[in-house]
Amino acid sequence: MKSITRQKPFSEVVQLLDRFDRVYIIGCGTCATMARTGGRDEVLEMKNRLQETGKLVTGWTVIPTACDEMTEAAARENEGAIKNANCSLVMACALGVHRVNSYLNNKAVIPALDTLFIGMEDSPGNFYEACAQCGQCVLGETAGICPLTACNKGLLNGPCGGTNNGKCEVDKEKDCAFTLIYQRLKEQGRLDLMRKYHPPKNYQVVPRPRIINLG
Amino acid sequence: MKPESKLEKVLSSGHFAVTGELGPPKSADLETLKHHAEAMRHYVESYNITDNQTAIVRTSSIGVAATLIQMGLEPNVQMTVRDRNRICLQSDLLGAVSFGVRNFLCLQGDHAKFGNEPQSKNVYDLDSMQLLQAVRKIRDEGVFIGGEKLEHPLPRIFIGAVANPFADPFEYRPLRLAKKVAAGAQFVQTQCIFDLERFEKWMEKVRELGLHKKVYILGGVTPIKSIGAARYMQNNVSGMIVPDALIERLKGAQDKKKEGLNIAVETIQRLKEIEGVAGVHVMAIAWEEVVPEIVERAGLYPRPRVE
Repeated sequence: MKSITRQKPFSEVVQLLDRFDRVYIIGCGTCATMARTGGRDEVLEMKNRLQETGKLVTGWTVIPTACDEMTEAAARENEGAIKNANCSLVMACALGVHRVNSYLNNKAVIPALDTLFIGMEDSPGNFYEACAQCGQCVLGETAGICPLTACNKGLLNGPCGGTNNGKCEVDKEKDCAFTLIYQRLKEQGRLDLMRKYHPPKNYQVVPRPRIINLG
Repeated sequence: MKPESKLEKVLSSGHFAVTGELGPPKSADLETLKHHAEAMRHYVESYNITDNQTAIVRTSSIGVAATLIQMGLEPNVQMTVRDRNRICLQSDLLGAVSFGVRNFLCLQGDHAKFGNEPQSKNVYDLDSMQLLQAVRKIRDEGVFIGGEKLEHPLPRIFIGAVANPFADPFEYRPLRLAKKVAAGAQFVQTQCIFDLERFEKWMEKVRELGLHKKVYILGGVTPIKSIGAARYMQNNVSGMIVPDALIERLKGAQDKKKEGLNIAVETIQRLKEIEGVAGVHVMAIAWEEVVPEIVERAGLYPRPRVE
């Protein structure tokens, strides 16, 4: 599982940093490194580009996993450089941004990335969204293919009228989720499931923000 | 409970029904739409009013339905699940019933990507199947989706769905219709039929499943205005089959529009012969003025009178 991110356009980063002249940059050694959006290379590139625009970069670090409590140790270790800056630019997914925020709450924390989805990697560098975290898993009856994620309309009761040669009407490069589900259920001898009525989803299982306490 | 919808009355008395279609404008000025509706007055039982078709912002289906009712005409309000959650869909249903709408067509709706607000949020809180079932339960059991009871029962409304015999997986499509019938569909209107062979195969399977006895099937017919229009539908509209032979036929014709009408009339004549086809749904969007001619030439005029 990886939190898939995309770098914001540099112009947007510059606009977000408009009122800050001294910046500390924080990258992440896990997901953002794999997604090539906030690893060491990207952090250094960001540093150079910001310096070119006249910003003073007081320091940088790549936290092994920006979303966990190691961030606190990293924040302490780099306290001087962080204090010397008037904001932190975080090149991690939004979880990393939140984590940093919780330790540096007297200073502005600016995200440099947009968090897109929880992705799986099927070939090096190719990530796809497998789970929409809907809180009510239907995979048991959909041959392991998630229609909420793989269908552009998130339908539950079968394909819309727009399937064309197994492709989706919204994106002709993309397989129709229900054609895939149909074929796989057929192979599994479970086609009767295509006739089953799925009632409206219970969106109450995903109150926002979602909180769970294992303590 | 007796049918209140004219469409339901026509179908349940065994007549071959004709429905038309009106696309609301991208303005609140309904003069042209009213003109088209008037021209079809004696030629169709009721009019589908599209619901922000192809995800383009237009006057609402329910708003136009009010105008039709004032004109003494019968609307089939199309309701897509793209833009409204279950609270709004159920509330709009009640609102429309309150001023006399009796026909509802439940459908998924084109993805917002195709429209003029591509950045908007697609709702899809329900899918079309769930909406069908919800509307049926509101009518028959007097309960909302959440389980709460209506304060007063609903009058008899006529519930419709759409079916696409041309999208794949082909062998699943009749089963999907069965699912819609089980969910509550009393009539279905199909995607435009240009490939009659494929349609007949679909109908065969539909009859095998006995569905033609449980649901009124109205075949979708669209007159083709030009070779360009045919090509556009062939290449750009997903889930639609426009055979090359049809394009060749248009090419060979002197007067393309006339030939387009001939094809529509012949299609209806063939549909009338297919066991289990209960009527036709004529979709002549942006060519509404030809509907009377098509209906008349297909031998469907005058329309039956029902009490």
